[in-house]
Amino acid sequence: MSARPLPPSATATTTGQPDVGRRPRRPLGLRRFVVLGVLVALVLAGVVSAFASASPDGLDSVTRAGCTFGAQGEVVSGNCIAQQARAHGLEGSPFAGYRTHGVGGAASTGVSGVVGVLATLAIALGLATALRRRGPAAQKR
Amino acid sequence: MHISDGIIDAPVSIAFGVVAVAGVSYAAKRARDDLDDRTTPMAGLVAAFVFAVQMLNFPVLPGVSGHLLGGALATLLVGPWLGILCVAVVLLVQGLMFADGGLTALGLNITNMSIVTSLVAAGLVVLLVRRYRPSPRSIWAAAFAVAFVSVLAGASTFVLEYALGGTLSISLATVAKLQLGYHVLIGVGEGVITAMTVATVAATRPDLVWALRRHAAREKSEPLVPA
Repeated sequence: MSARPLPPSATATTTGQPDVGRRPRRPLGLRRFVVLGVLVALVLAGVVSAFASASPDGLDSVTRAGCTFGAQGEVVSGNCIAQQARAHGLEGSPFAGYRTHGVGGAASTGVSGVVGVLATLAIALGLATALRRRGPAAQKR
Repeated sequence: MHISDGIIDAPVSIAFGVVAVAGVSYAAKRARDDLDDRTTPMAGLVAAFVFAVQMLNFPVLPGVSGHLLGGALATLLVGPWLGILCVAVVLLVQGLMFADGGLTALGLNITNMSIVTSLVAAGLVVLLVRRYRPSPRSIWAAAFAVAFVSVLAGASTFVLEYALGGTLSISLATVAKLQLGYHVLIGVGEGVITAMTVATVAATRPDLVWALRRHAAREKSEPLVPA
């Protein structure tokens, strides 16, 4: 996390452009940028997710075309692709369907979202770090 | 755009499982060259952000919603190889922790939402950067176009999978028409979200945008125009 980009003024001088009208503001540090980005993701998944549309998405709407559905989401009549769908093998897991087992109401989705963001962050960061250790930059050292 | 178990038959699901494993493995191999002090934390952030925004379904028609796929966004920020890995991690977490996307359909979903979207996005970025040389201030337009096309490509791959391994209880023509019709609208949403996000990163830290770094690398290799 040590690499910092050159400030805009430094790049400007290499091209011979006068440093006029450039904002002297230092760019946001990488660590701050990433922490800020993760905080935004946590707010989106933890809070804003409560306002997301509950309607089926585009592909689900395609698979549901031709059927009418009851209040529980069950097929009442018709012929559609969704009738072929099997229940998910991990339907009983603690965060299935973006609901948190044992947490009711509006917080249920929010809590699952926060857990999902942190899990995704940890796995992706771990994978990237592991791959980097096997990369050309690491082997040169 | 997650496919549930049972929608596509076993042989085609397995075939796309092989495609997904091969694609993600190749991406992992190529991503090693792209990983440095900046891209390593960015990969974590991009995956976490895509997971979060995928939860935010937006309405596109009465009773129909859409959500970000994220392959284009990830590619614009960290390049296609890390982008494929980021979205694959998101899909893995969704399938294993959130019962979203069937377990036997994981290969189909990774192919559609991670590999196809990222590769199509990368191809378009290369073309657009070469032709229009976007700046941090104008990159949003390229980001919108790239994201829009990537959604149509991912959505079309589902139509192909349905043609190969669907029960065809609903005609292929109907499925193609509905799938592409809905995803033209969802693609606009994907374009808006991607353009806004990439523009924000480009305004703050343009060096963290892969699509702009390609541009900078090209500029550097060319002789400077005397001032």
